[in-house]
Amino acid sequence: MIGSPPPLLDLLALSTDEYALIVERLGREPTEVELGMFGSMWSEHCGYKNSRPLLKLFPTSAPWVLQGPGENAGVVDIGDGLAVALKMESHNHPSAVEPFQGAATGVGGIVRDIFTMGARPIAILDALRFGPLDSSRNRHLFHGVVHGISSYGNCIGVPTVGGDIAFASCYNGNPLVNAMAVGVMPHARITRARASGIGSALILVGSDTGRDGIHGASGLASRELSEEREDQRPTVQVGNPFLEKLLIEACLGVLDERAAYVVGLQDLGAAGITSAAVELAARGGVGVEIDVSLVPRRESGMTAYDVMLSESQERMLLVVRAGAEAQAMAFFQKWGLTSAVIGRVTDDGRVRVHDVVQVHCDVPAHLLADAPTYRRTGVRPPHCDRLAAIDLGALPAESDCGAALRALLAHPNIACKRLVYSQYDHSVQTNTLLGPGDGDAAVLRIKGTDRAIALAADCVARYCYLEPYQGGAIAIAEVCRNVASVGARPLAITDCLNFGNPERPEIYYQLEQCIRGMADACRALGVPVVSGNVSLYNETAGQAVYPTPMVGAIGLMTDAENRMGAAFREDRDIIALLGDGEECLGGSLYLEVRQGLTGGRLPALDLEAEARLHRLLHAVAQARILHSCHDVSEGGLGVALAESAILGGRGARVQLQSGAERREVGLFAEGQSRAVVSLAEDDWEALRGLAAREDVACRRIGVVGGDRLIVEGAIDEAIEHLTEIWRNGLGRAAAGIESVA
Amino acid sequence: MRFGIVVFPGSNCDADVAHVVGTVLGQDWRYVWHGDRDLAGLDCVVLPGGFAYGDYLRAGAIARFSPVMDAVAAYGARGGPVLGICNGFQILVEAGLLPGALLRNGSLTFRSTWADLIVEDNNTPFTRLYRPGQHVRMPIAHGEGRYVLAEQNSVRPVFRYRDNPNGSMEDIAGVANMAGNVVGLMPHPERCAEAALGGVDGRTLFESIVRSVVLT
Repeated sequence: MIGSPPPLLDLLALSTDEYALIVERLGREPTEVELGMFGSMWSEHCGYKNSRPLLKLFPTSAPWVLQGPGENAGVVDIGDGLAVALKMESHNHPSAVEPFQGAATGVGGIVRDIFTMGARPIAILDALRFGPLDSSRNRHLFHGVVHGISSYGNCIGVPTVGGDIAFASCYNGNPLVNAMAVGVMPHARITRARASGIGSALILVGSDTGRDGIHGASGLASRELSEEREDQRPTVQVGNPFLEKLLIEACLGVLDERAAYVVGLQDLGAAGITSAAVELAARGGVGVEIDVSLVPRRESGMTAYDVMLSESQERMLLVVRAGAEAQAMAFFQKWGLTSAVIGRVTDDGRVRVHDVVQVHCDVPAHLLADAPTYRRTGVRPPHCDRLAAIDLGALPAESDCGAALRALLAHPNIACKRLVYSQYDHSVQTNTLLGPGDGDAAVLRIKGTDRAIALAADCVARYCYLEPYQGGAIAIAEVCRNVASVGARPLAITDCLNFGNPERPEIYYQLEQCIRGMADACRALGVPVVSGNVSLYNETAGQAVYPTPMVGAIGLMTDAENRMGAAFREDRDIIALLGDGEECLGGSLYLEVRQGLTGGRLPALDLEAEARLHRLLHAVAQARILHSCHDVSEGGLGVALAESAILGGRGARVQLQSGAERREVGLFAEGQSRAVVSLAEDDWEALRGLAAREDVACRRIGVVGGDRLIVEGAIDEAIEHLTEIWRNGLGRAAAGIESVA
Repeated sequence: MRFGIVVFPGSNCDADVAHVVGTVLGQDWRYVWHGDRDLAGLDCVVLPGGFAYGDYLRAGAIARFSPVMDAVAAYGARGGPVLGICNGFQILVEAGLLPGALLRNGSLTFRSTWADLIVEDNNTPFTRLYRPGQHVRMPIAHGEGRYVLAEQNSVRPVFRYRDNPNGSMEDIAGVANMAGNVVGLMPHPERCAEAALGGVDGRTLFESIVRSVVLT
């Protein structure tokens, strides 16, 4: 019989079946330390028990992919001998419990993933979701998270260049805090997190190890939030961005000398030394031996269990060739960093942990690394068909399109995000050519080359809630459209899949269908998924968040001068609409804001048309004939036009296609695969020619100029007034003030 | 000419300054580690932006004790041109090379945006190529940029904000010592020295010091 210690099982979020499996594979009962290590490695957060089989659906390779999923970050080639590392990761539950530190350490963790690959971090993006700001609790979370990101990112000198923020009541109590980081490096410096060389030293660098964050991966990240979880504040770590900055410089410095001695590098994140050591060993096909008594500690009385499971931040584990230990440690000393040899690489494939002489763990590395996986059977949630069947034609017609536009511009999901990004340093490192608010994606130059990269993060979770497969596909299509709209060719995706409890069939259905939709879109658009993270159990009191597969994209521009912003630039320019995606109000923010309805059938997404649009945008960028380019997304054509006008500080006169019975459909439908562009009259024929060549609809819809946005027969609003509403929408909401639009 | 760019452990604009003086202006430069005291052969010393020691206590409060600061003080006292940008300005103030103090922004939040400035004083080696009263734009990115001064007339305001973003006394964005050779400012001239970054007004500041050194 198995005599499990139940209190520990609950702390670890292991099931009794999983405990039995551990005993079976081990051929004996695990020690307390072993059980703690299994619990962490087999947590959803580290082991991807429910998602791993589904993640295999993603395409992950392309000629330019240098490193796909499985390492700390994905890596793509950008030419000129340079590579870019990218990764997105969640820090949802820590942020729900302690927003400032939760978000700050989320940034710290994702940045470590980047320099662990040998890349210098050059950008951070944040994709955030909160409950509506009319609740003081949500305002507290919002301000705390933004402040946490700001204080950490600013201090380490990595610009926060973009992201995505939205609000919906499904995130009450369970905000989403997804951070993405990007770094650049010469090909020669790409470093892998794998141990090799029998006898090589394991050197722990950075912060001393304390009791903070024990059970963060298993107890907090891999379970639903509840009232009691609020008491789990001690499982949230405290960030030290100054130490992180020292680690960045010291680790990149030591890697530059690595021909000499650094064999592998791994950051310590969830499950601390346990996860780092097991992954180094399992990936390298070797064993490791660790003596916990050698680990520098922050406090006395820590047990082997505490040391192995601590999630103290700002720590790195290096594998250094035997004999070079002193050289490496001297390098870290220059940066004022503590380092210590805590173990060695062995040849038997086992993870051995002892405290001087007392053995606490002796387990094959692959047993710890290979968490069991579960294939479940999903059930389509009844709301999908019910909401899709709603007859939108029966809704009352819009009586005032101008008022609808104002309401949308004031909505926190659409309103200007300056309140947030003005707290982030977005210009440090002097690479930011298009920053937050300038275009559909951030554009960063790569110094020493003509090249630039475009970065965006996005997800309209409402679509995923209404129709998970199509919502997942749209998420990919839209984030790629964002980077295409600034003139870049989409290269790769990183993602962070935020869902509820996968043990519930309806949630599993959402997870599986979103992934299938994303995978199909990735294939059609030729963009592989190179890294990512899964965050399940995003529920409070049995209420799951919308399925939210947050996606980040990187695009490449071979000439940075081809970049395109979203602002109208010249009076008398032609305004054109590219693409003819279906205009249907289903799933639109308009329906939610003006009709109080989250529902209807989503507009169709034609992935071939989407791919053609991206090719056209790339071609027009290279031809440099556009003065502005802005994709049509939430809020539809009306909001896209208003935003380009507001950003450019100039008006526009636009005609909708005649024949539309309901003006609100043409204005606010969120039809896919479309972009609003402006250009000089002289270049119109060139644009038409390129559009014809790529088989993309190209329709002249208006002209830039004046100080009003006029949509004939529907809207006539002063730009100054729209600007005021759009600029202050988020600020009013964040201050708890009712919208006055 | 040769610039020295001081590197504290948490400096994060050191490479940005090196890019402007080296790549954009084609001048010679070298980094000076905060633990060193050797400023030999340098025609100008720049303290760049960043968070020198994390600045959890107060910006610049620990950096002023770095060994390099004694050398910077002596260098400035001999009339050598010293420029402090953002955190560098905070350090110069903490170290007493410039009077006054830099407190938390009036808004109590970090602010990262473009700031419109007026050039008040072009009679320093760092501002000689600007016109007095000239309107310039530079990025700011700081949480502790509210300049206060107890004794009037102990400092020369060099730049003022046109739309004060942080509550600084008399809209002061940058100052010089009475001799004019030590200048500190919160805005980042190194972030606006190339058209691709949205402005070139900062380039004039670096060209000014190059001109000043070449002429002397």
